[in-house]
Formats: sequence, C-alpha cells, structure tokens
Amino acid sequence: MTDIAEKPDVAPPLASAARRAQVARRLKKRYAAEARFRFLGLLAVSVAIAFLVLLVGTQLIQGVPAFLASKLEISVTLDPAKIDPDGTGDPKVIGDANYRDLLLSALQTRFPEAQDRRQRRDLLGLVSTNATYDLRDMVLAEPALIGQTVTISVYTDDVVDLYRKGKIEVGDPDAKLSDFQVQALAQLEADGALYTTFNSALFVNSASREPESAGLLGAVVGSLLTLVVTLGIAFPLGVAAAVYLEEFAPKNRWTDLIEVNINNLAAVPSIVFGLLGLALFLNLFGMPRSAPLVGGLVLSLQALPIIIIAGRAAIKAVPPSIREAALGMGASRIQTVSHHILPLSMPGMLTGAILGMAHALGETAPLLMIGMVAFVADVPAGFTSPATVLPVQIYLWADFPERAFVDRTSAAILTLLVFLLLMNATAIYLRKKFERKW
Amino acid sequence: MAIKHSLAAAALMATAFAGAAQARDQIQIVGSSTVFPFTTAVAEAFGKSSGFKTPIVESTGTGGGLKLFCGGVGVDTPDITGASRRIKASEVAACQSNGVADIVELKVGFDGIVFANSKEGAVVDLTKAQLFNALAKTVLVDGALVANPYKTWDQIDPSLPAEKIEVLGPPPTSGTRDAFSELVMETGCKNAGVLSAYTKSAIDEKTAGKKCMELREDGVYVEAGENDNLIVQKLVANPAAFGIFGYSFLEENTDKIQGAKLAGVAPTYDTVSDGSYSISRSLYIYIKKAHVGTIPGIAEFVAEYTSDKAMGETGYLVDKGLIALPKDEEAVSQKIATELTPLDPAVIN
Repeated sequence: MTDIAEKPDVAPPLASAARRAQVARRLKKRYAAEARFRFLGLLAVSVAIAFLVLLVGTQLIQGVPAFLASKLEISVTLDPAKIDPDGTGDPKVIGDANYRDLLLSALQTRFPEAQDRRQRRDLLGLVSTNATYDLRDMVLAEPALIGQTVTISVYTDDVVDLYRKGKIEVGDPDAKLSDFQVQALAQLEADGALYTTFNSALFVNSASREPESAGLLGAVVGSLLTLVVTLGIAFPLGVAAAVYLEEFAPKNRWTDLIEVNINNLAAVPSIVFGLLGLALFLNLFGMPRSAPLVGGLVLSLQALPIIIIAGRAAIKAVPPSIREAALGMGASRIQTVSHHILPLSMPGMLTGAILGMAHALGETAPLLMIGMVAFVADVPAGFTSPATVLPVQIYLWADFPERAFVDRTSAAILTLLVFLLLMNATAIYLRKKFERKW
Repeated sequence: MAIKHSLAAAALMATAFAGAAQARDQIQIVGSSTVFPFTTAVAEAFGKSSGFKTPIVESTGTGGGLKLFCGGVGVDTPDITGASRRIKASEVAACQSNGVADIVELKVGFDGIVFANSKEGAVVDLTKAQLFNALAKTVLVDGALVANPYKTWDQIDPSLPAEKIEVLGPPPTSGTRDAFSELVMETGCKNAGVLSAYTKSAIDEKTAGKKCMELREDGVYVEAGENDNLIVQKLVANPAAFGIFGYSFLEENTDKIQGAKLAGVAPTYDTVSDGSYSISRSLYIYIKKAHVGTIPGIAEFVAEYTSDKAMGETGYLVDKGLIALPKDEEAVSQKIATELTPLDPAVIN
C-alpha cells in the first residue's frame, strides 16, 4: 500500500506503451507548432526582402542608365566677326553673341549636305539646347580663344541619348528623330565624335528643364543646409529636454502630461508641421519663402520628439550605480549629468539624432506649404536663399513629361537611398564604437 | 517674465528676417502645375541669358497660386502666377481688397486634353455624348434617368469596339479634371439629352449642371492620381484601358500611345492650335504690376516669355509641349507684355 503509484502527477518510471504514444503525439504537435511559427516568421522576412529587392531592383534597372550620357565633340570656329566684330573685348558684347549660330555653322561644316532649313534645324536638334550656353561660358572664361578653332564636348539632346540607349523607336514619320538625324548620328558615331560617358551633369548641375543638363547639386546642397538647421536646433533642444525630464523633473501630473504629448507629437502627420511653419514662421515672423532656414525649423519640430524619446531611452540605460557612485563621491547633480550620464548616453542619443535626421531628409509634405517644392536653378548660397531638397527634386522630375526624366528620377531615388544608407551606417558605427556594456 | 523674454526674442527674430526678406532680387512665381513645365523652361533660359537671377517657380495649382498672388503687395508675396483657366471675378475682387490693383493678364498658349490608349488597342472615334455616356454617373436610357449601366463600348454605340470600358483619369483636385468636366462632360450632357431630362424633372439649372459633371463610381472610371506619366505607363501595360491627360504627355509618347479622335478630329499640334480639336484650354500668366520696377527683371522676364523664340510656333516652349497661340493672339499678348497693360476687371465675369 505505497501511495507512490497512486500519485497522478508522477509518471511511473516505465510508462505503458499507450502513455508513451500519447507523449510522442503531443511532442510531435508541439514541434509542428514550432516549425509552423518559424516558417511564418521566415515567410514574413522573405516577403519583406522580396519587396525591398523589387523596389531597389526596379530603381536600379531604370536608374543606372541615367548615370551614363551621350556626348558629342564638335570643332567650333570662334569667328571674331561673329562674336566681337569691333574687338572690344567687352564681356557684355561677347556674352550677347549668337553662339547658336556658331554651333550651327560648326555642324554644317561637318554635314555640308544639310541645306534646307528643316535639315539645319534637325542638326541643331542633335545637341542640347544648353550647349550654346556652354560655348558662351567657355569663351567668356577665356576670351583669348576668339579667332581659334576649339573642340568642345557637349551633351546631346535628351532624345538622341534615349535613342542611343534603345528607348525610342525611329523610322516612323512622327518619330522623335528624323531619318536625316539618324544617318547623321551613325556618321558621328563612326567618327568617334559621338560617345557615351559618365553623366557628371547629374551631380555638378542644378535643376534644369533639359533632362541632359538636369542635376542634383542644388537639391543636395539644399538638403544639407536644411539638415544643418534641423540638427542645430533639434539636437541641443532634444538632449536638454531628455536630460531634464529624466534627471531633474519631479514625477507629477505635469511631467506625465508632457510625456504623453511628446509621444503624441512623434505621431503627428508631417503636413501639419508644414501648416504650422506657414502660419508661424512665414506669416507671423515674415521669414522668406522657400528658404532652407524655414525648412530646417519645420523639420526640427518634427525631429524633436524622436530625439527626445531616443535620448530618454539612452539615459535610462545608464545604470543607477554610476549615478549613485558619483553622488556618493560628492559630485553635484549637474556634475553627475555632465561628467557621467551625458558621455555614457551620448552614443544612443547620436543614433536617435541621426535616425531623426534621416527621417527629415526624406520629407516633402511639410515643405510644400513653405514653398520649397519649387524649381530652383541656382545652387542655394545660404540659409535664406531659395532652395529645394532631394525628395522634392524626385517628385518634380517624376512629373515632367520628357521621357528622359524617367530614368533620372530613378537615379535621384538611388542617390537619396545612398545618402540614407550612409546616415544609418554612421549611426550603427557610432553605436558600435562608443557603446558601453554593463 | 520668461514669456516676456521669449516674446521679445520672437519679435527680434521677426524683424531680423523681415529685413532679410526685403532684399529679394529674384522673381517669385507660383501657380498651375500645367503651366509649371513651361514657366520653368522660360525661367531657366532667362536666368542663363539675361544676367538676372533665375526666378523661383513653385507648383501650387491654379487656385492656390492665385490665392498667394492676391495675398497683397510686397516682397513676401509672389510676383507672377500661372493659371490653366482665366482668373475669376471673385479672385479679382480678393486681389483688389488686398491692394493688388493692377494685374497684367497674358495668354501664353493652349493645352489640349487627350483621351488616349495604347497603340496596341483599338483606334476609336468618339463624340462628346459618347464620352459622357461612358463616364457619367447618371445617363439616359429609353427616356429614363438611370445609374450608368454601360459596361462595354458597343453598348453605347454599335460602331464602337466590343470592349470593356476602363478609363484612368485625374482626381477631382486636378486642373485637368476640371477642364475635362467643363469641356467634355458639360457639352456631352447637353448633347446626350440628359440636361433637358434633368430640367424636365424639375431640377434647377445649377444642380443639373453639377449632376452632369459627376463621374461614375462603379470602378469603370479609375482615379489614377495627379501624375500623368503614371497614367501613360498604365495604358502601355493595359491595352484595353483609356486615359485622360495633357497633350504634352501624348506628344512625348507617340511611339506607345495614340489619342482617340473626337468627332473625327485626332489630337495633333495643328488641330489643337486651330481649335478644331475642341478639348483644349488656354493657359495664362498673371503679373503683379506693382512689383515691376521693385523686383528686378520682371519686365525682361515677361518679354522673354512672350518672345517668338519662347512661345512662338517654332519656340522652345513648343518643344516642351505648349501649343502656340495663333499669330494675331500672339501679337496681342506681346503688345500687352511690352506695355504691361493692366487687366480691366469689367471683362471678367
């Protein structure tokens, strides 16, 4: 009469075959559930990766050709009679000369068979509209060239570039290139005068309505100026707020209210910040429209909650023993914060700041209201001069009818992605390098 | 005390930036997204050739642009606005109440709206009444007003292909949609006899006009967003679908898409220009006369815009898809541009 066998929760050392089968069944079920769970997790990750590959892949396929462009080498005779007949050397006279005509005669020397007006127009249509300005700038920079024959490399018209990349059909009567133009291009190609090269215009030029001379420089500079303002305002404010809320503020209903509001602010749609910027900075303070200063102020409002939240998390991660040790050694609270807490939480704060900046870099909606969704052809000179930013440039290019802007849009998206990747990589690097583990 | 300090700081900042704003030496342009591609092209050429700074051009939409433009006189308001329709009397009044008295109106060209499909699709010839029947929410069937029952084109007219009706077009916020409603749906409503059916059933004229412009919501008309390039791409992918967008996008993609004929007239440069293709609208720019002489370069910019090399029939704007004005209207615009004659508010109704 031992009561061991009667205890229901203790299995006998050697269970019956039925019991073993039951255990095996249950075990199998549990393993199956685990396998299913793993599979679902893996599926979620693969779907996410597939979408990412699809997105980046299509942009790469469309965008990579835009990094190459067709150029044409022409020998232009800089006839003094046409540029500066009186030999004044006055930049105004030289600047006002008809360089279109000079280019045309250069092309006509190469193709003497082009006689009628239509064929001459076709010839000029092969080179970029901005080629005349390139020629002018070259002569203005070095007036001694007048009278000589110079070889100048100019971008071809966007249609020629598309044709060489196989993106448009020719031969139709309503095709974008006439048969004469196609023949001329074949001859130029055989001469080696027409060649493909790296599209440096994409990085050294600003916005343009001619796809072949359109570039991102103005937008990149505008984005940088905007981010400098954003960082300069949001980072010190965010850090100060985080330190105060974590280290100094009493825990009461007011600080709770502030905390709730900061978390809420992080979720406010960005267009609302744009409206606020319009009402406050433009209408009330009378700041200039389209300026990176205002853009930066608006985006700093948006980045602020992200930086505060990240900063508070970083401060919370500093062990209380450090704080207590410092206080125990007689440090004041300010000394504790500035000598110990801040340096130790800085990697986390920097990571938060960089992520906030990366977020701000991709923003267009709040900028719409303050006039930064604009065509700005000059590189912005300062914080108050009109500017636009990278995502706005992408948006504007996506809307232009010229087909050559399609691949340039993708190229601009890739450039923006590279910038974002760099910022995130910096955040990871800083965290890895300075992070302290306890 | 703290509040007082921050208010003082804010006031200081405000004056500092107001000072910066007063020194504007760059023309500011706002307005219609349809005029935007043309104005930017002029701005670029002007900046490269004139020695003035390149104007800043914002794409705000016609209504938004006029609102900013009429906000007042001063360096913090734009100098020029583009519009894909004529200014309204209410807008002129708003301008005047804010002190913008003299507005110079310049007609710069036309923009056609096309109904197009992939080149692999059927070639069709439509009337406005047929378009109305394909797209309206309410149509007339056997003398009764009913919710649009048509699913295929040949149900509307046996001469049309037996294909599913599928149309991609702009959302109600778009100017292209406004123009399409006005130029096609309104006339189509009249021609299809729906307008008179409305008036017979004792619906007042204004409500009837609104009902005429309602597009069907049963999935046949798909709002494809403001981006016309996107519509073109979707048409190429789906040869059965038609799209509604600006003429310049048809011109840029003639190897992939074709425009439907309207009452026998295909949308081409010439037919839009001479008015025989009737879905077209005029494009305008409005100039604030009070700013001429204050902001450098406005008169020169306007001269560049109206010059033959820009908006003339061989000008660079035509390469960008603008449809040039006929010679006599061009001369009128050029005359207004040189004299900067203000618009007489009485001619706007």
